[in-house]
Amino acid sequence: MDHIRNFSIIAHIDHGKSTLADRLIQATGLVEDRDFRDQILDTMDIERERGITIKSQAVTLPYVDKKGRSFELNLIDTPGHVDFSYEVSRALASCEGVLLLVDAAQGVEAQTVANAYAAMEHDLEIIPVINKIDLPSADIERVKEEIEIDLGLDSDQAILCSAKEGIGIEDVLEAIVKEIPPPSGATDGPLQALIFDAHYDPFRGTIVSCRLFAGTVRAGDRIRLMHNRAVYKVEEVGLFRLNREPKKDLSAGEVGYIISGIKTVSDVRIGDTITLDNDPAPVPLPGFKEVKPVVFASIYPVASDDYRSLADSLEKYKLNDAALVFQKDSSAALGLGFRCGFLGLLHLEIVQERLEREYDQSIIMTSPTVQYRFVLSNGEEVTVDNPVYYPDPTAIVKGMEPYIRASIMIPERYMGAVMDLCLERRGVNAQFNYPTPGRIEIRFDMPLADVIYDFYDSLKTVTQGYGSFDYELLDYRESDLVKLDILLNGERVDALSQIVFRESARPRALHACEKLKEEIPRHMFKIAVQGAIGGMVIARSTISPFRKDVTAKCYGGDITRKRKLLEKQKKGKKRMKMVGSVAIPQSAFVAVLKTDKDS
Amino acid sequence: MSPGLYVHVPFCRSKCPYCAFYSVPSAAPVPIWFEGIQKEVLLYKGRFDRFDSLYLGGGTPTFLDNRTLSGLVDHLFTHFDFAADTEFTIEANPCDLSGEKVRLLKDLGCNRINLGVQSFNEDTLSFLGRGHTGEEAREALTRLRSVGFDNVGVDLIYGLPGQALEEWLETLRCALSFQPEHISCYELTLEKGTAFGTLREKGNIRPMNEEDGRSCFLAASRLLRGAGYIHYEVSNYARTEAHCSRHNCKYWEHVPYLGLGPSAHSFDGKDRWWNVRSIRRYAGLLNTGLPPVEGRETLTEEQMRLESLALGFRTRQGVDLRFIAPDAQSMAALSRMEEAGLVNILDGRVIPTEEGFLVADQLPLYFS
Repeated sequence: MDHIRNFSIIAHIDHGKSTLADRLIQATGLVEDRDFRDQILDTMDIERERGITIKSQAVTLPYVDKKGRSFELNLIDTPGHVDFSYEVSRALASCEGVLLLVDAAQGVEAQTVANAYAAMEHDLEIIPVINKIDLPSADIERVKEEIEIDLGLDSDQAILCSAKEGIGIEDVLEAIVKEIPPPSGATDGPLQALIFDAHYDPFRGTIVSCRLFAGTVRAGDRIRLMHNRAVYKVEEVGLFRLNREPKKDLSAGEVGYIISGIKTVSDVRIGDTITLDNDPAPVPLPGFKEVKPVVFASIYPVASDDYRSLADSLEKYKLNDAALVFQKDSSAALGLGFRCGFLGLLHLEIVQERLEREYDQSIIMTSPTVQYRFVLSNGEEVTVDNPVYYPDPTAIVKGMEPYIRASIMIPERYMGAVMDLCLERRGVNAQFNYPTPGRIEIRFDMPLADVIYDFYDSLKTVTQGYGSFDYELLDYRESDLVKLDILLNGERVDALSQIVFRESARPRALHACEKLKEEIPRHMFKIAVQGAIGGMVIARSTISPFRKDVTAKCYGGDITRKRKLLEKQKKGKKRMKMVGSVAIPQSAFVAVLKTDKDS
Repeated sequence: MSPGLYVHVPFCRSKCPYCAFYSVPSAAPVPIWFEGIQKEVLLYKGRFDRFDSLYLGGGTPTFLDNRTLSGLVDHLFTHFDFAADTEFTIEANPCDLSGEKVRLLKDLGCNRINLGVQSFNEDTLSFLGRGHTGEEAREALTRLRSVGFDNVGVDLIYGLPGQALEEWLETLRCALSFQPEHISCYELTLEKGTAFGTLREKGNIRPMNEEDGRSCFLAASRLLRGAGYIHYEVSNYARTEAHCSRHNCKYWEHVPYLGLGPSAHSFDGKDRWWNVRSIRRYAGLLNTGLPPVEGRETLTEEQMRLESLALGFRTRQGVDLRFIAPDAQSMAALSRMEEAGLVNILDGRVIPTEEGFLVADQLPLYFS
């Protein structure tokens, strides 16, 4: 076990995490230079483009140190967003140490601090690495000072490197071997393997990524998932090189994969413990949590004929994303579709984008909402996660909505702006901590509905990217809730309805009317856009009609071009939803939810 | 209906900054072009029914020397079959119309002249890079009348940046004083690939705004219809039914046409093809016995339908209802259009109104 090191790289966004991972992979010769491509661990297009990691990835790097000793370095890449904070915590729980990457020019930033604290909570060895030292604006001394003061870490230990230029990579590898303790645990005890990720392979079924803390597992063993007690027979175990590499067994300290005929990713729970059926561990590893969806929205095919195809795509998508839940749904405006639950707004956006890109679906997603509860006059309590099922308002005795405890870490200078933002989002019960001089942690109780409504983006805006944010669900609290309807030419578009706090209804309605005015293209007739509560119109806007758009000339040489344009527009129209005679582009459904700050 | 014949004459005295048609500002390649045309005529000999329209367009057909022009017409009439009442149009530039040239056109059997006047305002003419004055245009019109041309069309352009409505109406009134049988009013388009298009990309010139464009369009329509003209296509007016351009109507009604010369388009009722946009390649292909065709398509039924919509909403003929699916959505759109005063439904056809013409590019979208 002495030859194993399990580590993660943690960093503020854009500090060079993927580039450093790339260099480590290259330096250890895991992949031939000619086969190399950037951000090699980010396998999905969407990860490369957004520069974020969505799924945890692991790779085992073979390394021979300066003294000639051979090591296996397990690099566990972590997702970088609050929606996936549970996955991050499970990935960190699988490590003994982390590389804390800091940009030599930018210095310690919000996520650097938050990440460092997360690593400390897991009692991990932290190796500060100052990256991008080749930049003309690099200020190593200042960054070292920040590492000392803001993080309380020994900056003498910090390694200087430039992942881009390949400087200092050897030092990083040496430090991993020297500073991070090898894993401990008995290889002959009862099996305890922590699941930190799972993904779906169309040929092999679910591939479980895990870190073994005790015992050994090999092909042919009968394993038990401790949370749901399901038992499977192990087909194959192995290590993650760039591809999977089968191995005779995996034992305590190692990071690898298990294939055991598990059909879908939903059958396993991240954070669950795998043990042997005939020699089970007495207790699972600590920290298991059932991840529940907190944000709900409906997905409809743009063309109603595509419902079957959307259903198939969701089934397939679900194989690889256990966090997504969905069930059939229907809307008067949009036809048959699915009601879906997500971990957060980013998760929702990712699902939407992947369905469109990887599964070629044209979809419309409705306004995300949280799960509300209503106590009715007959004493019944109903749960509503879809505005369509908002109860008869005369029968509502009281409404309740979920609250979260938000924890926001910021440099002091943004305190005013962040306070304003939180109060505007109905934050209450403010608490302040001062972890290091110059930094504040603000805690607020806030309605989840106001958090999913663009809070994270707003926070980033008002703190210029320095604000980090995390939250946990608290409880349900009484709230004055109304249903806001949107009408186009007098026709209610049920997919645009939202349940909102009464005092927010008017600004929300105005915002929706303005956004729809921007997003819906002009038609040949005037379109009245209205926001209403019950029968009362509280906001309106008008989309003026097309007045003139005809091309002057149309002779022999123009006709083919004209038709091709029409064919293209026809295709574009397939991505619009007709409500009455108004064509609504998909973007309108999403735009209604975004504030102006990010546009 | 009988097919039409078009011949593209890709030569001009100079390139106008707004024009996107294929032409070169030189007479040097005329011989190789003419040789090509003669060969291309032979390729299609016997392949089309008797023509009842002939249109020499360009470029500037009147820019051709007299010998080539006569030779061309001669060759066409030798090898193709034409109806006795064939509409024979030649596009002309005012500065080319000497008394001699006008007589030659008459002698060649041309019975319709389409004159590129564009404007009678000197500032507008110079902005448009035209080589003639308003006075020269007036002279050309007088000359045409004096030789006995009784079917004369006038092309006009409006919608220049900053153009006042009154200036546009003055040009129209001046045109009306000659009582032309046909008037085309084109809004200036800043097309890609033209000098104006480049200026537009650089932000140095902007198209007229929507409301002003509307005013010019509607004012022209009011004035011309008041003077008795029929607004039979978005940009075209005729003094009587008989004066509607027989040839151009074929484009809008899917009647077959053969187009000869570089960049010309042809349609035989099912296939459409278009020639290469280069005199050199055009001549080269014909020299090796190949058709000078750049591309070709066979129209599917749906493509024919889409074109019928796109073209139909531009003309007074409108769109046959059979091209519109009788589903709820289309019917709802149709009645909205009717309510909004964009179309009238008459005898199984959807006929655009003046307001309908203005949004003719939008209307097909509701039925596509």
